[in-house]
Amino acid sequence: MKRETLKYAFIQTLPVLFGYVFMGMAFGILLEKAGYNFIWAFFISLIIYAGSMQFVLISMLGGGMGLLSMIVLTLSVQSRHIFYGLSFIEKFKAMGKWGWYMIFSLTDETYSLLCGMNIPKELNQKQVFLAVAALDQSYWIIGCTLGAVIGSFIGFDTTGIDFAMTALFVVIFIEQWYSYQSHLPALVGMVCGVASLVIFGAGAFILPALIASVCLLLVFKNSIKQGENQEVCQ
Amino acid sequence: MSSDFLTPFLVILVVAACTFLTRFLPFALFGGGKEVPALVKNLGDLLPPAVIAILVVYCLKGVSFMVPPHGFPEFISVGIVALLHIWKRNNLLSIGGGTLLYMVLIQMVFI
Repeated sequence: MKRETLKYAFIQTLPVLFGYVFMGMAFGILLEKAGYNFIWAFFISLIIYAGSMQFVLISMLGGGMGLLSMIVLTLSVQSRHIFYGLSFIEKFKAMGKWGWYMIFSLTDETYSLLCGMNIPKELNQKQVFLAVAALDQSYWIIGCTLGAVIGSFIGFDTTGIDFAMTALFVVIFIEQWYSYQSHLPALVGMVCGVASLVIFGAGAFILPALIASVCLLLVFKNSIKQGENQEVCQ
Repeated sequence: MSSDFLTPFLVILVVAACTFLTRFLPFALFGGGKEVPALVKNLGDLLPPAVIAILVVYCLKGVSFMVPPHGFPEFISVGIVALLHIWKRNNLLSIGGGTLLYMVLIQMVFI
């Protein structure tokens, strides 16, 4: 992989670096408190690699929950991911065996970065994709493991630093607002998200919001298509 | 092997498998040798702005308007991120500035 590719990917992933390292550390600290050391933290962040689900996992580790409940709980917490792959089917397919890693590592944040980047022409898109995905996961693994090692010995108050993630999504939202000719998809998501939050509450709003958005976009797609979008996720 | 090790190990494997399943599903359905259906492709193109909007809502879902500080730190910071970004369109400036402001607000201003 060329140096420029890695450098470009690193700069793009900086907000995720801060978000993941500190969110990962929060996970590591909690995991360690629950009686599992940094080796567990490393293993979990390596093979599961999911933010909110890993926090739910801590309470499941001791056993006691039935297999079926575990499966249903995980599938429902993670169900939003089903929608992310839809935008990358052909791009990941073109990446051959690395496509499998791309599928595995398609978190909220990586998905957002892949959608939001305007990759310079001189760089290879597949390599940039791979570098972004791998850097993001490495930040997460570092955060989780570090959190379990150093626990609560942190010198300064980092409360609120995970806001970097919110800010990242806001920035990508604005970038997409500029790059899409039609603002309808963004508005549909905003309205469905807020309405679903009001109706279903914070714990269960994301799946209904996604389903409602998909339905509305299917209804509106012909009127949106007239304004021919420029290619997404170039 | 003791169950102190085996139980959490198996739980992790189950959660990992289910997580991968959700990420793999669209590829299993539409990723075969065939051409991706036009409808799915359309949807794939239109979905990102909607999903990002929902993720913004997701990040702010825990904000309560009823109890102090009534969501002020979050909404002021989101507003500043947006203004900085519309002004300069520099990712690091918008994200770094907004995050610093948020940390100051919740640690020192709205305590």
